[in-house]
Amino acid sequence: MSFLALEERFQEGRSLLHRLEARAKLLIALAFIFAATLTPTGRWEALGGLAILLAAGVALGGLSPLLVLRRSALALPFVLAAVPLLFTREGDALFSVPILAWRWTATDAGLEAVLTILLKSWLSVSAAVVLTATTPATDLLRALRGLHAPRVIVATVSFMYRYIFVIGEEAQRLMRARQCRSAVVGRGSGGSVRWRARVLGNMVGSLFIRSYERAERIYDAMRSRGYDGELKSLAVTSLRRVDYVALAIVFGLLAALETYARLSGG
Amino acid sequence: MLDSLEAKVDTAVAAQPQTETQTGAARVARVANRPAVVEVRGLRYSYPGGFPALRGVDLALAPGEKVALVGPNGAGKSTLLLHLNGILRGGEGEVRIAGLPVSQENLGRIRALVGLVFQNPDDQLFSPTVFEDVAFGPLYMGLEEPEVRRRVNEALAAVHMQGYGSRMPHRLSLGERKRVSIATVLAMEPAVLALDEPSSGLDPRSRRALIRLLRELPQAMLVAAHDMHLVRDLLPRTVILDAGLLVADGPTSEILRDRHLLEEHGLEAP
Repeated sequence: MSFLALEERFQEGRSLLHRLEARAKLLIALAFIFAATLTPTGRWEALGGLAILLAAGVALGGLSPLLVLRRSALALPFVLAAVPLLFTREGDALFSVPILAWRWTATDAGLEAVLTILLKSWLSVSAAVVLTATTPATDLLRALRGLHAPRVIVATVSFMYRYIFVIGEEAQRLMRARQCRSAVVGRGSGGSVRWRARVLGNMVGSLFIRSYERAERIYDAMRSRGYDGELKSLAVTSLRRVDYVALAIVFGLLAALETYARLSGG
Repeated sequence: MLDSLEAKVDTAVAAQPQTETQTGAARVARVANRPAVVEVRGLRYSYPGGFPALRGVDLALAPGEKVALVGPNGAGKSTLLLHLNGILRGGEGEVRIAGLPVSQENLGRIRALVGLVFQNPDDQLFSPTVFEDVAFGPLYMGLEEPEVRRRVNEALAAVHMQGYGSRMPHRLSLGERKRVSIATVLAMEPAVLALDEPSSGLDPRSRRALIRLLRELPQAMLVAAHDMHLVRDLLPRTVILDAGLLVADGPTSEILRDRHLLEEHGLEAP
């Protein structure tokens, strides 16, 4: 049941990046993602610059590059969406493949576009990976609040984070109970696909109902402590000088990179 | 805090005319020889769908009094607890906390006076960190931030969980989560604790620690429990609720000796 093995994204540590205030890190990561997104197609030096910045982040965070690579693989499936660009951009023909009675011709401009998108999305996801690996989720939630993200959204994410483990464990118990009762001697264990689908459907339904009932109990627990529909929270501590310095340095570097990418592109 | 409560309760009790339905509660209050901090009179409640959960309950708790609420599953124990702070309302009868009737306009004050702790800590603790969860009640009482922080630290100290503020509830053991659950209401400095099965699921050592902890607390308590060891060791008075009616009310030692009574209501002596 690997998909239920919920692991904490945060990696314990005392590095410079770990000690930076969560809001500063969140802003830096967002700025990095914006810069990556805004980089024009085919500006390899700028994208390389961003990659160097990212590598610096990994090093400053004391993270293992392998860990970041593994987690950032999450971005790969989304790149499939960019593949059609390979054939639809105008440009010099590179090669062509026959698909469904047509010959599709790949162009150099198309290749450039796909590679740029691949790099951009990988850089962006990696930045998020570095952020979540060096910042506890609870600090990130507080940072979102401190940056005045809509309270309803922050509250929703908080509940999700608090209960995803509880619900995950509940699902695991259901699975185990099913396994205990589906002992089949010999081959063909588990019955037909249809039967299995029905069992899974029942499980998802039962999980939903349990979660729904839990939600009502939680709401009662909140009301018991005075909840009146308005979302309140404690104030967030202020940023320190080191946080401002880090923000200024990274923002400056990103601005320089982007300006260079545009000027050199002519 | 309890002194000022007693003064409030005094005036409230003096103002009550003695009617037929009040005698049960009034008698109990007299027995304890102190004005009641919890008064339940003629409480009836049916769930939507018509199932009658409470069929006329009279109960009074003196300040600081620790009372066990026992009875079989489905007897109405949780329903009664949910009436103490007005989560459930709309039946017949009356509930007063420290003299205040439980009504819409008093809900804020009532919920600060009654600390209701749910059976499952995963329902009680809904915030990402222990600190935020314990701060929830004080925040909604409209307290200033330094006062909120003071209360959180005090409440965590009271349940011997100092230093756990930044921990995440799902990373704590069940016993620790139960303690934090109690801290979440202690931070509101209530006069009454309403606890639903506080020892369920705990191993013997955690249970003993919980009993010691609850004994240290000065608040009046109404504790719904199946754990008769907890009842015997912690709660000097016991009431038995069965099918929505209070069928017995007296010193725990006497009730636990009456095996016939216990068996009749699906209970057993420890």
